[in-house]
Amino acid sequence: MAYTEEELKKELETKEYEYGFYTDIESDTFPVGLNEDIVRAISKKKEEPEWMTDWRLEAFRVWKEMEEPEWANVKYKKPDFQAISYYSAPSKKPKYDSLDEVDPELLDTFKKLGISLDEQKKLAGVAVDVVMDSVSVATTFKKTLAEKGIIFCSISEAIREYPELVKKYIGTVVPRKDNFYAALNSAVFSDGSFCYIPKGVRCPMELSTYFRINQAGTGQFERTLVIADEGSYVSYLEGCTAPMRDENQLHAAVVELIALDDAEIKYSTVQNWFPGDKEGKGGVFNFVTKRGICETNAKISWTQVETGSAVTWKYPSCVLKGDNSIGEFYSIAVTNNYQQADTGTKMIHLGRNTKSTIISKGISAGKSQNSYRGLVQINGRAENARNFSQCDSLLMGNECGAHTFPYIEAKNKTAQIEHEATTSKIGEDQIFYCNQRGIDTEKAIALIVNGFSKEVLNKLPMEFAVEAQKLLEISLEGSVG
Amino acid sequence: MAGNTETDMLKIKNLHASVEGKEILKGINLEVNPGEVHAIMGPNGSGKSTLASVIAGNEDFEVTDGTIELEGEELNELAPEERAHQGVFLSFQYPVEIPGVTVTNFMKTAINETRKARGLEEMPANEMLKKIREKSELLEIDRKFLSRSLNEGFSGGEKKRNEIFQMAMMEPKLAILDETDSGLDIDALKVVANGVNRLKTPQNATIVITHYQRLLDYIVPDHVHVLLNGKIVKSGGKELALELEEKGYDWIKQEAAV
Ligand SMILES: Nc1ncnc2c1ncn2[C@@H]1O[C@H](COP(=O)(O)OP(=O)(O)OP(=O)(O)O)[C@@H](O)[C@H]1O
Ligand SMILES: [Mg+2]
Repeated sequence: MAYTEEELKKELETKEYEYGFYTDIESDTFPVGLNEDIVRAISKKKEEPEWMTDWRLEAFRVWKEMEEPEWANVKYKKPDFQAISYYSAPSKKPKYDSLDEVDPELLDTFKKLGISLDEQKKLAGVAVDVVMDSVSVATTFKKTLAEKGIIFCSISEAIREYPELVKKYIGTVVPRKDNFYAALNSAVFSDGSFCYIPKGVRCPMELSTYFRINQAGTGQFERTLVIADEGSYVSYLEGCTAPMRDENQLHAAVVELIALDDAEIKYSTVQNWFPGDKEGKGGVFNFVTKRGICETNAKISWTQVETGSAVTWKYPSCVLKGDNSIGEFYSIAVTNNYQQADTGTKMIHLGRNTKSTIISKGISAGKSQNSYRGLVQINGRAENARNFSQCDSLLMGNECGAHTFPYIEAKNKTAQIEHEATTSKIGEDQIFYCNQRGIDTEKAIALIVNGFSKEVLNKLPMEFAVEAQKLLEISLEGSVG
Repeated sequence: MAGNTETDMLKIKNLHASVEGKEILKGINLEVNPGEVHAIMGPNGSGKSTLASVIAGNEDFEVTDGTIELEGEELNELAPEERAHQGVFLSFQYPVEIPGVTVTNFMKTAINETRKARGLEEMPANEMLKKIREKSELLEIDRKFLSRSLNEGFSGGEKKRNEIFQMAMMEPKLAILDETDSGLDIDALKVVANGVNRLKTPQNATIVITHYQRLLDYIVPDHVHVLLNGKIVKSGGKELALELEEKGYDWIKQEAAV
């Protein structure tokens, strides 16, 4: 059997662990397994204050008592949590010396997405020889933000530099004991973003993790905290259309959004984790907890385009605590080959006159399974709460599945809840019609899918929308004969 | 290839086609020259739409015998989009809805894909807009209409008018209009027929499938063919259509049975 150098290296690494190369916690990659010492060591690595260390330890204790959830409509081999290394220092050394060494298939996809050469290098982990444009872009960017008093940095930096803010808000929207993955994340998160918009400030540009160049890589256990102070506005972009390949199979992020009185947060995600090969091997498991809380008159919109991951389990939610607050969820989830997705949202109406809108578009192809699971909960105090949900599924071929699980709990009689659901199939007559106008089948499918997803694509910031559209095309390539 | 100095636009020889093992076209022969208008008439279920679909390359139908040539080149093995790139256009009897895709976006994609296949650059946006304006005026189509989802919620007549708008945009060599007149009111019929006539050149050709003489008053055919049970059983000049209008198909059926 021929080994590539990469495989050989990996083999050697695991061998080392087998032989008990275990306790050198100072090394840059921690040994596999999870215990209190590892949690402490992560906190120490990050030079965190004691309260943070204790916070993590508490999360770890909670996690130990919890069981992995079973209820999502997905099947996978459960990860062995003691076989994962929970800390890896960001690699300073580039993985490759030139693009020639990178998987040509990956480069091909970059090209189709129209990603510049420099960016391709960065994404693939290739050394960049010239000073990249984005460095200067990022500098001017930071300056503009600082002038407005906006804080945008890594979560580790925030814990050190702005401990009062972090301490006040972290874990308030997604408590440590919220769920199995959230607890795990709280104990071991090592990376992530922090953002604070001061009172009355309208953030003048889309905040994108892309600009945080020193933290561009996405960690396995990311933690994001966005705080929009009273009357402020921010649009936050997460993710990247480029396919992310990662040796880490399990990803469990936590995102917390806090919209104080009259504030608005728009949170857009394009997610394209490696879904595994055509047989479904090697893809990423993506278990994310995303939640936002709205105070009086505040508004949070989640918009997401998901094409990646082998298994996705994700429910961006809104707690509509304040009166007149608004929650929105716009989602496109594409599954192909053997992918499985169980996504949706929860809208928790606590305040009076609260309003929520859910538009979910599921596209399934190949042998994939795509489920929408949504909860609309109207609490007793929530007078005149309103919800509108629309879940549309588009099927391609006969071997895929689409499922819709809407849960509604209304404890106030004044609630108005509307739910609409449709399932359609791309028809051969539609494809022939396009063909007859000179549009080949692949392009026809892209066109039909874009039309189907339009209401959600329209909610994305312009640039992101164009990229997302291309991404949809690529994800469905070759899905119909 | 035949050494004709004048190549036919369309030449169909002994065409047989079936669907699910059932033969629908049973030996069609048809020649259409550039600049000509041919009308195909015939009772319901005689195979008119099937013939149009088969020329356009619909893979639901299996061609079991015969050939279809466009300007001397055989189309049989070409995919539907390749035939479109060669200049074949079909105005559908039942246009299909594509939710969320605007008429404008659809046309932009169709034109640019066709140009790409022909080795041309994408059409510049201003040129595209100019063309859209011109052709929508020709067919008296409200501009607001062009930003609606393709055929979704269009009335029957609107769908047909929109088909001809697409034809005007695509500028095909061979246009096949399958019952474009059905569903059009009298004024719309005039507008659409006028559009079709204005698009006529000595280089392109039109096949009009219809049940009614009325359309042929406006789009005057050079030849009229009667399709019966998968075969062209009678051909003539425009007066044949008048005769059919007057007498129906029974006499043709009897003639054919002899
Ligand atoms: N996909 C199909 N499957 C089975 N039978 C078909 C199919 N398409 C057409 N046919 C049959 O072939 C025959 C010819 O149909 P076609 O639509 O070509 O008729 P037509 O001449 O266009 O009729 P009309 O005037 O009503 O439009 C009919 O008997 C029809 O039922
Ligand atoms: Mg017909």
